[in-house]
Amino acid sequence: MDETSTDASIVMREVTKRHGDTVAVDRLSLTIRKGEFFAILGPSGSGKTTTLRLLAGFEQPDSGEIIIEGQPMQGVPPNRRPVNLVFQNYALFPHMTVAQNVAFGLEMKGLPTPEIGPHVAEALEMVRLAGKQDRLPSQLSGGEQQRVALARALVNRPAVLLLDEPLGALDKQLRLEMEVELKALQERVGITFVCVTHDQEEALTMSDRLAVMHHGRLLQIGTPEEIYTAPASAFVASFIGVSNSLPGRVQAIDGQRTTVAVEGIGLVHAPSCTGLRTGAPVLVTIRPERLHLSRDPATDGYQNQIAVRVAKAIYSGNEMHYLVTLPNNLTWKARVPNADGTAKRFHAGESAYLKWRTAEAVLLPE
Amino acid sequence: MSPIQLGGGRWLIVPPAATLILFFGVPLALVLAVSFATRGTYGGIEWAFTLGNYTSIADPLYLRIFWRSLWLAVLTTIICLVMGFPLAYVIARAPQRWQGILLFLVIIPFWTNFLVRTYAWMFILRSEGLLSTVLSALGLTHEPLPLLFTDTAVLIGLVYGYLPFMVLPLYAALERLDPSLIEAAWDLYARPLQVFTRVVLPLSKPGVIAGCVLVFIPSLGAYVTPDLLGGARSMMIGNLIQHQYLVVRDWPFGSALSFVLMAGVLAAVLYYLRAGGERGLL
Repeated sequence: MDETSTDASIVMREVTKRHGDTVAVDRLSLTIRKGEFFAILGPSGSGKTTTLRLLAGFEQPDSGEIIIEGQPMQGVPPNRRPVNLVFQNYALFPHMTVAQNVAFGLEMKGLPTPEIGPHVAEALEMVRLAGKQDRLPSQLSGGEQQRVALARALVNRPAVLLLDEPLGALDKQLRLEMEVELKALQERVGITFVCVTHDQEEALTMSDRLAVMHHGRLLQIGTPEEIYTAPASAFVASFIGVSNSLPGRVQAIDGQRTTVAVEGIGLVHAPSCTGLRTGAPVLVTIRPERLHLSRDPATDGYQNQIAVRVAKAIYSGNEMHYLVTLPNNLTWKARVPNADGTAKRFHAGESAYLKWRTAEAVLLPE
Repeated sequence: MSPIQLGGGRWLIVPPAATLILFFGVPLALVLAVSFATRGTYGGIEWAFTLGNYTSIADPLYLRIFWRSLWLAVLTTIICLVMGFPLAYVIARAPQRWQGILLFLVIIPFWTNFLVRTYAWMFILRSEGLLSTVLSALGLTHEPLPLLFTDTAVLIGLVYGYLPFMVLPLYAALERLDPSLIEAAWDLYARPLQVFTRVVLPLSKPGVIAGCVLVFIPSLGAYVTPDLLGGARSMMIGNLIQHQYLVVRDWPFGSALSFVLMAGVLAAVLYYLRAGGERGLL
């Protein structure tokens, strides 16, 4: 997207931030559109939190430029930015009631007192906390505290809402509910959400687009589907869901299909990727749910097949999780639906054939 | 058996309780009794009940000393708070490895006897002392400063002596303050001064109260500092009591003064705590 276009909410150009000797954010350039739910995904130390703090204004970039809603943010302190942050630990003021917490931003902005009340009530209604306005934060559950933090930020109608690991402190059940709720909330208020998370499932579920960061660098940016089905690097492939990989060398490139020689296994096929030559080292990756496990050596439509030994079979409700050992002693994971009943299940120690279609694999330069 | 269930543990309270009763409770009761007695002709105690010791405190001469003591103690507390807060804040926000060193510097004066340090202040504040010499060398004053034996000298000495008692509880409160709360206020459009008045100050209130109480009580009853730095002209209650016991040899009146001072301190502390709403400390 053209970064000067009017539907850009945030533009970062070549932004670099150092903390002592380490480069926390390294020449980061990205554009976030108005009204989109944008996730920044990465492991700890990837620079994603620093990126958020740069947007909030708690830190200033060493070089590069940040533009929010068309305004350069150079030297603009947090209290004069059109953004609000939902903190990881919520950072609710413990000495103020829920209503006082939510009213704080409006009060600081200088809104006349009679107008504050209705706004606060509306915001609490929006996060389903009406009736709890006189409680102290310490009297609320974790999920309720999080909704207060959301209301406290959203009541100010910021152009951008920044969220730092918003669901990190919640238990799993609540997290799944809040993923859906947060996304619905974002669609309802139409505000740009920028959410930092280390949880790939969270990022995939909630975001319209996401950026994957590692060591301060932007590795890939795209829709959840693009990132999931076409990871641009081995790191992205392994970070977004569990992936199996085989190291090898390009043997032949035949238009859409590349043949890869894998030591100890033979030839496997994968869709071609640009910029590779014969002899180049590559990784063939494939997701556990795309693998097929069979006792029958017939190829039956699968273009790739490896004889394996089942090392472990784990019952997991709707599917079986298998760990299988390849002839070159690599261990892969395979997930097979349990719909077919018990007869087709494999047990540890059994021999089997692992099969997949060429189109399901992703070829990555190493 | 868990440590909580150790029934024998309750006997551990006997030695401190006995010590308190014997060496604090009994003398206090004696002083109370003496405060209602009459001074003998030659300074002894005659056990004739009277309220006269208390009514004679209403003499303007003594009231003025009470008033000056209260004023100096309040001023000392305010100055310590104003000076101690930024100091405690800087220490609490310093990198972890620096905090210990900075706190150490705050308590280093305690290594030397308080009397010796107060004598040092006499040398600094004297007419031809360090401060006066330095100021006139800089051309800021042209004649010796008559600082020693004034209320100002007493105030300087009290602030110097009790500042650490303000800094330590403030540090303890500020160190616990979650920095993300400050950032949250900043993010929610608060200007730096508003961040301080709306978030930092209310959340460090227990430290402010503890610091004020710890500075106010010893300031009000100060003896050494006004004696050495204030001289005869700047007497505080502590000096008045000492004077009654040892110079005038009017023990009953000295005892009455002591009890009025104690009542005053108790009232002031209760007021502080009530004002701060600190039910936990009562």
